[in-house]
Amino acid sequence: MSFAVVKAASYTLAHTPDFIPFGSTPTTAKARNDQEYFDALKKGLRSFDELVNYPPNQCYIGNITPEQLGEIAQPWYKDAAAAERTGRYGDIMPQVEFYALLKAADAFDLVALTPEFIEQANPALAAHPLLKRYTLDASKGMAAANMHAMLEEHKAEPLNMNGELVGIVKQAHDEDENLSAHIMLENLTVKATGVHAALCLEAQGVDLSEVDYIIECSEEACGDINQRGGGNFAKAIGEMIGCVSATGSDLRGFCAAPAHSLIHAAALVKGGAFKNVLVVAGGAVAKLGMNSREHLAKDMPVLEDSLAGFAFLISENDGVSPIVNTDIIGRLNVGAGSSPQAVTSALVSEPLKAVGRTIPEICRYSVEMQNPEITKPAGAGDVPEANYKMIAALAVKEGQLERAQLMDFVKKHGMQGFALTQGHIPSGVPYLGHGRDAIMNGEINSFMVVGKGSLFLGRMTNLFDGISTVVEKNPGVQGGHGESAGFDKDEARRLVAKAMQDVAARLTESEE
Amino acid sequence: MDLENQKRIKELAETHGNENVVVVLGGAEAEASGLAAETVTAGDPTFAGPLAGVQLGLSVYHITEEAVKEVVDSAVYEEQVGMMEMVLPVEEIAEEMAQFRA
Repeated sequence: MSFAVVKAASYTLAHTPDFIPFGSTPTTAKARNDQEYFDALKKGLRSFDELVNYPPNQCYIGNITPEQLGEIAQPWYKDAAAAERTGRYGDIMPQVEFYALLKAADAFDLVALTPEFIEQANPALAAHPLLKRYTLDASKGMAAANMHAMLEEHKAEPLNMNGELVGIVKQAHDEDENLSAHIMLENLTVKATGVHAALCLEAQGVDLSEVDYIIECSEEACGDINQRGGGNFAKAIGEMIGCVSATGSDLRGFCAAPAHSLIHAAALVKGGAFKNVLVVAGGAVAKLGMNSREHLAKDMPVLEDSLAGFAFLISENDGVSPIVNTDIIGRLNVGAGSSPQAVTSALVSEPLKAVGRTIPEICRYSVEMQNPEITKPAGAGDVPEANYKMIAALAVKEGQLERAQLMDFVKKHGMQGFALTQGHIPSGVPYLGHGRDAIMNGEINSFMVVGKGSLFLGRMTNLFDGISTVVEKNPGVQGGHGESAGFDKDEARRLVAKAMQDVAARLTESEE
Repeated sequence: MDLENQKRIKELAETHGNENVVVVLGGAEAEASGLAAETVTAGDPTFAGPLAGVQLGLSVYHITEEAVKEVVDSAVYEEQVGMMEMVLPVEEIAEEMAQFRA
């Protein structure tokens, strides 16, 4: 059976400065009445234009490559060149569009917006090529006074624009904390940002009505008191974007979930159960302003001021798009150790060794692609670079690389981190779009997607998680080795037929 | 340092006595390792966690420091830490850690 291919990938952001107080760090500060933090926070906010122009975001949506980003001097948040909100892979939406999409995603009348806000939002929706299908009805708006009453009773969470109340997200149940206003706000955010990401695939020519399975792989859980993580974000998103032929489910695995999803999708397609599997993830409200305390202490703007999303389509082999080579799957089994060395061996060197390949033979490694400008001030270092050094060090230990070449390997096989620190968002898959293009343009032949997840955060196990696979040039194009499209099979049949004819001819000759 | 870790270290020190607890860090950076060392000696410098204003004065080392390396089975050390030793700024970390054992 033929390998599945990466057909398209999209990446999106939503600017949500008024949502930052819902993040985990600001929530903790609020509980401690830390007014000093909130005063600093207000001064550290970026404008929409600053968010758009920020070079790592331009890389995320596909207007510049990770290599081009690496050539731009840091700090990136200072003096960035003017840029476009739309890119090759996606779009950056302002808060007004995000709130409108939140309302469009609301199937249970939980989001209320003021009539004035709806009148402001509708032209913005109408002007957007992908969002114009969602027009809001101003006659169904709610007066701000009524909203204030619900906020005072703690039955809703506020939707502010520059600090002014324009809407609320209501609780979905009077007593069930799983349907509280805050959780509904988080879950509707996943749905809305997931919708935005999936729609950007449509802008790339994908017919969403042909999707037949959807995997949603963010980090939130939707359900009620009797089934807290019941799901299903996947179908909720699919319903909104016209995936009429699809069913789906949610896949969870902390930050490793996108890499698991890539492999699940590729296996579903290769196995023939489905033809077009959409993997989609919305953003994480809790991670807004996560490292803001450290950023503000270093006179930096709040760089975690937006929500991210992504989507990608895994389809049947078209003979052209890069394949997901599921013969190579790095797995961190339950019995594997959790030292960095054990993890890197299990995810990188062992699966390659099993098919007779070496670490330096893979052109690029898409690891945890966090933007270092966000993580370094918070003491977490340059995460992608640390991963590249570990992979290089392992190659040295395995005798595949000279120790003196360690940093050359990092430069050649690594890349600049550019993704927002939203858990599952930076893990493994941010490079699918760029990597697909680089393979299609003949710049590289392969890249490995490595996802890792910190399972211990859920307090169920101390285990660490990880999974990896390789995306590479479709042999249908080059007529190369390995599993292939119809071309190779036909060629093989011709060769066998010719050999048999030759044998038959020789036998006839000898009989004569 | 993570607030939950601060809580666990505080509880361990209370249970076993400060002089009987040694903290071994595995952080990838000198500065972050220094902050963690400061937290378990002089108290949480960010004043956010359970060790804010609590001077435990615990013995603290980084896994890549010679003093730790000497007391670990060399084969186990090579298997568990060998690769990371190649990658981490070992000297910088050692200098940072020494400041908190004066």
